[in-house]
Amino acid sequence: MKLAARPVVWLTWGALIFFMLNLIGIVGAVVTNSFAESWFGTWLPNGYTGKWYGEAWRDYRLLDVLVVTFQVAIAVVVISVLIGVPTAYALARRDFPGKKLLNVLFLLPILMPPMTYGIPLATVLYKFQLAGSMFGVIAANLVPAVPFVVLTMTPFIEQIDTKIESAARMCGANTFAIFTRVLAPLLVPGILAASILVLVRTVGMFELTFLTAGPTSQTLVVSLYEAMSSAGIRPQQMVDSMAVIYTASMLVLLVIALRFVNPTQLVTRLKDPA
Amino acid sequence: MTAVTDRASLKHRLAEKGVDRVLWLLVPGAVFVVLLFVYPFLYGLQLSFQPKGGGSPFQNYVTFFQDEYLAETVWITLRLGLPAALFNVLASIPIAFRMRGRFRGKRALTTLLVVPITLGTVLTAEGLLAFFGPTGWFNRIWMALGADEPAKLTHNYWGVLFSLIITGFPFAFLLTLSYLSGIDPTLEQAAATLGASRRQRFRTITMPLLAPGLAVTFCLSFVLAFSVFPSAVMVGNPAGETHVMSIAAYETALRDNDFAMGSAIAMLMALVMLIVIGVVLVWRTTLYRGATGGKG
Repeated sequence: MKLAARPVVWLTWGALIFFMLNLIGIVGAVVTNSFAESWFGTWLPNGYTGKWYGEAWRDYRLLDVLVVTFQVAIAVVVISVLIGVPTAYALARRDFPGKKLLNVLFLLPILMPPMTYGIPLATVLYKFQLAGSMFGVIAANLVPAVPFVVLTMTPFIEQIDTKIESAARMCGANTFAIFTRVLAPLLVPGILAASILVLVRTVGMFELTFLTAGPTSQTLVVSLYEAMSSAGIRPQQMVDSMAVIYTASMLVLLVIALRFVNPTQLVTRLKDPA
Repeated sequence: MTAVTDRASLKHRLAEKGVDRVLWLLVPGAVFVVLLFVYPFLYGLQLSFQPKGGGSPFQNYVTFFQDEYLAETVWITLRLGLPAALFNVLASIPIAFRMRGRFRGKRALTTLLVVPITLGTVLTAEGLLAFFGPTGWFNRIWMALGADEPAKLTHNYWGVLFSLIITGFPFAFLLTLSYLSGIDPTLEQAAATLGASRRQRFRTITMPLLAPGLAVTFCLSFVLAFSVFPSAVMVGNPAGETHVMSIAAYETALRDNDFAMGSAIAMLMALVMLIVIGVVLVWRTTLYRGATGGKG
């Protein structure tokens, strides 16, 4: 009775399963091909090998690329937290003239497609001959990262009781002590969540890195794109195994992220029903 | 003596308006956003009024709208971005609905739905090409079901749309789920005790509370879909059917080295996007915007 009454539910699950099947097919095709000896117009490849991973690792100099990716991502995370958290604190605690304007300025880089400010930014970086360097790539990736930290940290700071800070001041703590000994420990979960999200975004950020990177400052996404668009000389399987390496590393990051961030509480922070 | 009291009172008056030493904390953030966002953007804006070949300051914009190949990119981008964003938002509503409350495997299912974020555009593109390609698994099944010829789903509009749905859906779903979890379930239960049917509860309670959140979700999904670049190149037909604005901007700026024209296209891109978002947000102001009863 109840089953017949709710066709919407069945439709939802059916559509979801269809979507998932296609998704599995899409991912499966790439993973299968990355292990394939050769694969032309048949259901399955006619042999399996792991050699493409080794060749991709050597030919695309993946170790160097991964080191660059790691350096860029860590630099972006550290700098965006150092700039973003104090800003978020001031925005959460004070009401001052011009606050609305500043809020809009911190919202725009997230609302704008990266291409729209990426091209002028790349032009400016080329003008100052910073494009192509690690510095340029880090600077470009900071543009959406800092506002992201500000946006996620502001509600987090707002929910910390100001009385705690007043009490610390009563007991003789100066501003620096309040920050390091009172606020920082309370903010650690929020900072951790924001950092991991920035890390995932930076590793996955294509447009800004693509526009500003040079040969020695490419991150994994960009060199993956370059590998795919200059394919033809090298076998398809190598690009596919590189794509699998990329996805595997993103998956590790995401699983770590989901341990610290509850995805249902991105917008409203409610307590889990007991 | 008076000078000191004057200064003190000025400090006092400023503090009452919220201006005190705490605001120094804003300096790094403000300097950063001005230096790396506002300045490049304004620089691009003025550059777009200095056409490479000289002539009137609006030459780049005139060229854009006179050149059919370029002007068309606006519609191509909207035709991809709007359906993709709309689909992602609409599809996440029923799924997010199923995910409310607590049940076994909820965390696993959420993770599964979010996993496509990790795929990245290149793996998605490779997978779409292999899976939906003429000899791919999809078309093999399609032919086995009795179709006469393989469905053409790659290197055209559909390939890019699929790619946008795969990469955009997790974001839309997470945001919708987040907004939906913020709505107090007791409101719906109260309506149920008054005899409201499932449909009535959805239409008069949940939907009005959810709509503002959906508007924001739509905006963010649209931004993601609107800036489509890599997938339009790889699974689309970048010279024709999926010659989107970001491809045009990139090619003129960095391949043809015409930064002025490239900036002009980027500015137009920002403009089109702001118009769409503006329309959605103006519509949002007509909606209910109070507390949603989340137990925060």
